[in-house]
Amino acid sequence: MSTQLTPILTRFWDDPRSWTLATYEKHDGYKALKKAVTMPPADLVQMTKDSGMRGRGGAGFPTGMKWGFLPPPDGGPRYLVVNADESEPGTCKDTPLMMAAPQLLIEGVVITSFAIGCNHAFIYLRGEVVHVYRRLMRAVEEAYAAGYLGKNILGSGFDLEVTVLAGAGAYICGEETALLDSLEGRRGQPRLKPPFPAVAGLYARPTVVNNVESIASVPAILLHGASWFAGMGTEKSTGFGIFSLSGHVANPGQYEAPLGITLRELLEMAGGMRDPNHKLKFWTPGGSSTPMFTDAHLDVPLDFESVAAAGSMLGTRALQIFDDTVSVVRAVSRWTDFYAHESCGKCTPCREGTFWLKQIMERLEHGNGSQDDIDKLLDICDNILFRSFCALGDASTSCITSAVQYFREEFEAGMHTSAAEMFPPAASTLFAKETVSA
Amino acid sequence: MITDGNPNYGVVPSTGTAAYPADVLASLRADAELTMARYPRARSALLPMLHLVQSVDGYVSLRGIELCADLLGLTAAEVSGVATFYTQFKRHPNGTYTLGVCTNTLCAIMGGDEIWASISEYLGIGHDETTEDGQVTLERIECNAACDYAPVVMANWEFFDNQTPASTKALADDLRSGAPVTPSRGASRVCSFKQVSRVLAGFTDGLADEGVGAGPASLAGLKVARLAKVDDGKAQK
Ligand SMILES: Cc1cc2nc3c(=O)[nH]c(=O)nc-3n(C[C@H](O)[C@H](O)[C@H](O)COP(=O)(O)O)c2cc1C
Ligand code: SF4
Repeated sequence: MSTQLTPILTRFWDDPRSWTLATYEKHDGYKALKKAVTMPPADLVQMTKDSGMRGRGGAGFPTGMKWGFLPPPDGGPRYLVVNADESEPGTCKDTPLMMAAPQLLIEGVVITSFAIGCNHAFIYLRGEVVHVYRRLMRAVEEAYAAGYLGKNILGSGFDLEVTVLAGAGAYICGEETALLDSLEGRRGQPRLKPPFPAVAGLYARPTVVNNVESIASVPAILLHGASWFAGMGTEKSTGFGIFSLSGHVANPGQYEAPLGITLRELLEMAGGMRDPNHKLKFWTPGGSSTPMFTDAHLDVPLDFESVAAAGSMLGTRALQIFDDTVSVVRAVSRWTDFYAHESCGKCTPCREGTFWLKQIMERLEHGNGSQDDIDKLLDICDNILFRSFCALGDASTSCITSAVQYFREEFEAGMHTSAAEMFPPAASTLFAKETVSA
Repeated sequence: MITDGNPNYGVVPSTGTAAYPADVLASLRADAELTMARYPRARSALLPMLHLVQSVDGYVSLRGIELCADLLGLTAAEVSGVATFYTQFKRHPNGTYTLGVCTNTLCAIMGGDEIWASISEYLGIGHDETTEDGQVTLERIECNAACDYAPVVMANWEFFDNQTPASTKALADDLRSGAPVTPSRGASRVCSFKQVSRVLAGFTDGLADEGVGAGPASLAGLKVARLAKVDDGKAQK
């Protein structure tokens, strides 16, 4: 039987006023918290370990294990920081989650804070989504008023304060240590690891940094049990996740499914390709930082291990889908602009390398490439990959090396013919018909 | 009054601003104190405080930089070092509305490039430039986490989904003429840059309950799952 969708986090997003506490409480909201405060915190950490959940922010580190890395309490503060910076190109799951169901995240924050002994948690939201910020602030307000936040939560003696803040536009602030620097009021540049945030994070205190979706999944795990969660997905990539389909698909959107579902299955649910006359050409399994796939990868199970075995990464399950109207050189050139723009400048390979990659990609896109440009690209990638200070540098090479691997001839054509000539951009647009008839 | 001889701390061009009037200064200081109190260490409030400065000045002004430095015990150079790192902090007066066209790969290919080209020509301005009436500042923006609604345009950081060159021109016209404009997913109207900056500083404006919970694409999977369940039920009967 084919894989079925599993709306869990998304289950009540279509309720009128889904974002309110009243709606959330109608949908089992805060039942998990009531259970949590009667449990020893260590059991909650163990439960999360047993669930096998791996972080939903891209790297896939086991969440329970991360919580377990905190040193024993020393009487000083410990922090939970929720990473709501969502800026990886293609990634668009946390934003609708916080817009439609912010209480889900707040309940997860309270349970996680209780589990790790944190009394002040932070949600770091990217600044470019003002309505999401309004919803989060309102959700926090409502939770305080209902006694789910503040002093002596549900009579448990546990206190928790939550501060939601808006960043100010910088992709690198999604990298957890850059995020912490930004949260400390500095330029958002990554820190040297170790020490890891678990040991010395916010204000050099033990800190857990987790993605929005990871934290929002905690209440469901507690309500239904670790084995319920582990029973979904695959053996090593347990549970469900939100898959975000965008681009040349008939019905783009959010599809919540067990890990291990395939693009073929997802595409079928999403009504197939936008235009049946155009074939799938390339796609990203987990955002622009993950090496691209082609139509040869339609049946790769979208779990951490299978995607890695096929040469990419599950990342954030951001499936950006491009049909055969699209020039891969144009796509890669634009992503390269992005990495050059967002490089924080701290380390030389990434700061200088992305600058050069951008020049070369621009030449190739405009049909002005030179004979040795492909070699030069790959050589620069080689000098960035694993030589950069953080994963942004590494990520900037993924789309280039994978595109050259699958579509080398298009890069070669970039020595004489522009991308726009080979693939007229108008044919790819959402309003293609409007453009054609105009 | 800041004279031309002073360092400009990244403000381009180095526009002198008169000192804040006493009442403005007093309320800025009071709001900044509230912001600082939300964090275990005051410096964490710097980003919100810079949003606050923008809510008064419409950009990160010299006097705003100096005020933040004063309140946090930092140098003006330290504050401007932070302000210049982030794209939302503007170094010169912003229009009443920021109109951002996503031209990252996915949106660009779905039509963002066409939207950008047409709106830039229509308004006669390029990236980070403002129309002469001071109403609209145009920006090429990076991925704004709404790829399932591509191509996306943001007006003062509210979502306008599935845009076209024509709809974006109409949006710009309405913003410039002051006609009411409603985002696809957001408040019932687009607030001014200064108003939105105040929200981003952490001060609520009471609009959270406006607008939809989720747009159609956000619900695409849920809809499929519901239909499958109905089908399942039928099959069992
Ligand atoms: C350049 C860069 C950007 C990132 N952006 C995000 C982001 O927006 N959201 C996120 O949750 N993780 C992001 N990450 C991953 C975080 O560093 C971190 O792994 C994650 O927040 C941990 O949460 P998780 O274990 O729950 O996934 C980014 C990493 C890098 C290198
Ligand atoms: S790899 Fe790039 S983003 Fe990361 S620290 Fe180096 S310059 Fe900054």
